[in-house]
Amino acid sequence: MRDGKEFAVGEDLKTGLKGPPESAPDFSGWSCPLPLIGYPTIVMGHGGGGKLGNELVEHLFLPAFSNPALENLGDAAVLELAGERLAMSTDSFVVQPLFFPGGSIGELAVNGTVNDLAVSGAEPRFLSASFILEEGFPLAQLAAIVEAMAKAAATAGVQIVTGDTKVVERGHGDGCYITTAGIGVLREGIQVGPNRARAGDAILVSGTIGDHGMAIMSVREGLEFESQIRSDCAALNGMIAEVLDAAGAEVHAMRDPTRGGLASTLNEIAQASGVGIAIDEARLPVRMEVQSACELLGLDPVYVANEGKAVFFVAAEAAERVLEVLRAHPLGRDAARIGRVTAEHPRMLVARTAMGANRVIPTQIGEQLPRIC
Amino acid sequence: MKYLTEFRNGEIAQRMAREIAAITTRPWKIMEVCGGQTHSIIRNGIDQMLPAGIEMIHGPGCPVCVTPLELIDKALAIAAQPGVIFCSFGDMLRVPGTECDLFQVKGACGDVRVVYSPLDAVELAAKNPDKQVVFFGVGFETTAPANAMSVHLAKRRGLKNFSLLVSHVLVPPAISAIMESPGHPNGEDLPLGTPGNKVQAFLLAGHVCSVMGYWEYPPLAEKYRVPLVVTGFEPLDLLDGIRRAVVQLEAGRHEVENAYERVVTFEGNRAAQKLLGEVFEVTDRAWRGIGVIPKSGWRLSDAYREFDAEERFQISGIHTQESALCRAGDVLRGAIKPAECGAFGKECTPRHPLGATMVSSEGACAAYYNYGRFLSAEELAKTVVSCQ
Repeated sequence: MRDGKEFAVGEDLKTGLKGPPESAPDFSGWSCPLPLIGYPTIVMGHGGGGKLGNELVEHLFLPAFSNPALENLGDAAVLELAGERLAMSTDSFVVQPLFFPGGSIGELAVNGTVNDLAVSGAEPRFLSASFILEEGFPLAQLAAIVEAMAKAAATAGVQIVTGDTKVVERGHGDGCYITTAGIGVLREGIQVGPNRARAGDAILVSGTIGDHGMAIMSVREGLEFESQIRSDCAALNGMIAEVLDAAGAEVHAMRDPTRGGLASTLNEIAQASGVGIAIDEARLPVRMEVQSACELLGLDPVYVANEGKAVFFVAAEAAERVLEVLRAHPLGRDAARIGRVTAEHPRMLVARTAMGANRVIPTQIGEQLPRIC
Repeated sequence: MKYLTEFRNGEIAQRMAREIAAITTRPWKIMEVCGGQTHSIIRNGIDQMLPAGIEMIHGPGCPVCVTPLELIDKALAIAAQPGVIFCSFGDMLRVPGTECDLFQVKGACGDVRVVYSPLDAVELAAKNPDKQVVFFGVGFETTAPANAMSVHLAKRRGLKNFSLLVSHVLVPPAISAIMESPGHPNGEDLPLGTPGNKVQAFLLAGHVCSVMGYWEYPPLAEKYRVPLVVTGFEPLDLLDGIRRAVVQLEAGRHEVENAYERVVTFEGNRAAQKLLGEVFEVTDRAWRGIGVIPKSGWRLSDAYREFDAEERFQISGIHTQESALCRAGDVLRGAIKPAECGAFGKECTPRHPLGATMVSSEGACAAYYNYGRFLSAEELAKTVVSCQ
């Protein structure tokens, strides 16, 4: 596909399926207006939180499922139901290894969905949990995962109220996959969204970046580090509630920068709000061991995943107040004010380097690739 | 790991930049040889700190970028074969071959794995005796010792299912090729060493020299009358290398100088050089976008030929032409800046790279694109960041 030739999405989808169910939308006559980056099959980068994944959303999911709640593209959908404003979100977890320093797939599955609801301005209430288990998966490991989920749910103050279990043949799964979905009630008077950042807003991050991604890397096969970096996996709804108590309507946007890291989150908000974002690299909180590991592998911590951090876009007047609230919370001790929203360079993330020069930080294409040397 | 802070001190960097400005009386063109240096210069914005007359030209030292298309196609052909575990460093996976890249082979049928050391690939071979494990051994003198060690160990352990797809390239012949490349991008033929000829000084690749030392370079400094400064990768290392190059240029000197003494010695790593001499032999190599440079690479020596993946998998029939649109060769020779290529940012972007310089984060084109060097100076100046 290097010649830029277009291909019909429908054709490729059909060849990939054994036969779509009756109710599936008919793509056969539909041709994608833009080539999906020239990849006719799914590659790992489609799940990397970068441009490839965004293209799937834009060119495949959005046109197919089109509706106003989806088109907001928030971390959670905002719904009006029986007079209540609700938020709903879902997330799947395929992390390997299943257990890592600082947590397991269990905590991730609960906290991931809790955080998606919380950064949408909702109080998370109920979760579902679906398990896809591989034949031969040790029951003891499943029990440990479930126990971790129960603890995480209790800590976050949510209940897991429905679930499902499927088993696939040996070799057709990777031990254990979990999908959670959650609903929460939106707080009164709170209007946050990735499209609500405005020029002049201060940008705050609740703590050190890159901890989760490097914790996972450090225990992947063939890459054990000497120092133990722990995942930051945590439920953020308590801390976020305190921020909203203190600043309420002055909070314009919130996000948890998971896959794709801080850079992807900031780029998404710059795009959605049509604003420029300027950050100061020297102010980014990064643990020394995370920075060192990133150097070793040629990675940039701004692209590395977090599972217990939130980014806040708040009115400049509220910035110091929110920072105080964050720093007083156990999950926000390392919070920092990292930049501001500007009317200049719209839709672009620009960083001032430690040398005092400027660089654009783009959205990654797919996964970050470790460099050769 | 104090290097992460002490060699990145913004205040000292500004002071060094002012010092360079103070000693610069004429325009100079300096090439940093190594892709890692390019990456650091662009990422930290060091080029923006230099006085207007100092132009950094980005050299051919990114191993991903100079690996010829033909070898990528050979890698793809091997990786697609059943029973093969194809191992590579991460950033080779997205380098486009003629039809596809290793990511697509991985997605379609191949067992392609990212490893962090060729020795991991040897372990994989030992654990999977029923598979053929191939490591994509690319790079300059820096990555060569580990690759040499991998075949050395495979031989000692009697592993018949490990092989190396080798495309090693060497810095000194590349410097010669650049200095002897005909003419000037504007078509003017200027004698070597005169102001206006493209490259007037080189920052030598610090990590290459940590292996090889710098005993190979004095004849080059003498022959081409250019200063050669062994330089590291941190912002202050680079500024020191640039400063020393400017001092020599201003004084009309052309010597080999070591600005990376905490890592590099004149002799280099003798043990590594001994192993390299045993495992590899010098050969002509094609460089992507540049063409064949005589005696510019290494291949496995006779004693280790049985570990050569090209022989084991019979792929010598693959011959490939490079894209006509892509001017990666001119970029790699320092003849043009990435943005001066007609395809830059249009047909060729990181999401749809035509040439390898757009693929690797060390590639000059990708570095330019990613860090906003496609913006005009005025546009970048407008983006001055203030946090409050």
